[in-house]
Amino acid sequence: MSATTILGLTGAVVIMVVLFEMLRRHRLREKYAVIWFVIAVSAIVVAVVPGVLFGLADLVGVKVPSNLLFFLASLLLLGLTLQHSHELGRLEERCRTLAEEVGLLRLDFEQSQTESQKAQQADGEPVEDGSE
Amino acid sequence: MPHPSRLTARVLVVMPAWNERDSVAETIAEILETNPGVDILVVDDGSDDDTAARASAAGALVCQLPFNLGVGGAMRAGYRYALRNGYDVAVQIDADGQHDPRYLPKLLARLVDADVVVGARFAHKGDPYQVRGPRRWAMVLLARTLSRLAKTRLTDVTSGFRAANTRAITVFAAHYPAEYLGDTVESLVIALRTGCTVTQEPVEMRVRAAGQASQTPVRAAVYLGRAVVALGLALVRRWPAALEHAPADLGIGPAGKAGRA
Repeated sequence: MSATTILGLTGAVVIMVVLFEMLRRHRLREKYAVIWFVIAVSAIVVAVVPGVLFGLADLVGVKVPSNLLFFLASLLLLGLTLQHSHELGRLEERCRTLAEEVGLLRLDFEQSQTESQKAQQADGEPVEDGSE
Repeated sequence: MPHPSRLTARVLVVMPAWNERDSVAETIAEILETNPGVDILVVDDGSDDDTAARASAAGALVCQLPFNLGVGGAMRAGYRYALRNGYDVAVQIDADGQHDPRYLPKLLARLVDADVVVGARFAHKGDPYQVRGPRRWAMVLLARTLSRLAKTRLTDVTSGFRAANTRAITVFAAHYPAEYLGDTVESLVIALRTGCTVTQEPVEMRVRAAGQASQTPVRAAVYLGRAVVALGLALVRRWPAALEHAPADLGIGPAGKAGRA
């Protein structure tokens, strides 16, 4: 086994173990775990069978195979960041909607409380219109 | 649709307020004095001070947001309240006192032939409110583009002084952007896209009772850049062609449950 193979394998295994632990402790939702799992598996494949990478580089015409690896890796990271930005935006929008609803509910609640207080005060006395 | 100018039109003034303790009570008092019969909803946008208490003491309803959402968030909450409680008209008036409530009846009168009426500066020469440099270029660019879209002359699309009828309230209750310039420019684009008509009524605005607008050249230039981006986005964004959520929202009574955004 060459040093690079060991390095690649170690990296992939570490990702797998961390993934498993995070999933087990409910720290990671499986929709995010899938992509990381795919990355770890691809890392193992490339580490064990470097021929796959060489063949692929040859196929698309990249002279230095490691450059193809870097290219794909950066592309993947870009995609992941974009996905996170998207998720974040969605969460912000939901959070905003919730905040607005909380504000309105609080107003509703305070209004009905005031009304019931008025109704209680009116009890026993001659009944008047409850409005201000 | 209820006619906005009928005598029984229920008018809700929505006032977004963020740390406006120095001016909020005075502004409320002035509105109630000049326009008796309107309801005022102050949307306290996560203030650190006692804006909410002062507004409440001054006779307004107060909706307190748990944290700062910006004018767009505050206004959407206000429009939702107006929709769920059956108001015929919702009017936005800023808490800082720059909008003169004496113009309110004029705005309401224009709702006869439009769904949104913007209280606009620069509508005629000699307006005391002067703006120069990049900030002015931005305002001209925005005004020209929106005018073309609205097929009527709009001179001040960033004005926060505006009235909306039920049709526009229904749109804004579902779609009112919280992003930069979204509460002014983009909301008008949305209204136009969903088939509402927009027009303006000339008003004179006062120097802010408290606080100051950004005036340094750098900030004005940044404003121009952001305005271009916001306008471009607003124009290319997809918005619902019609009031898709309207029936669900309208079917809900005064104490209704959440409408969908």
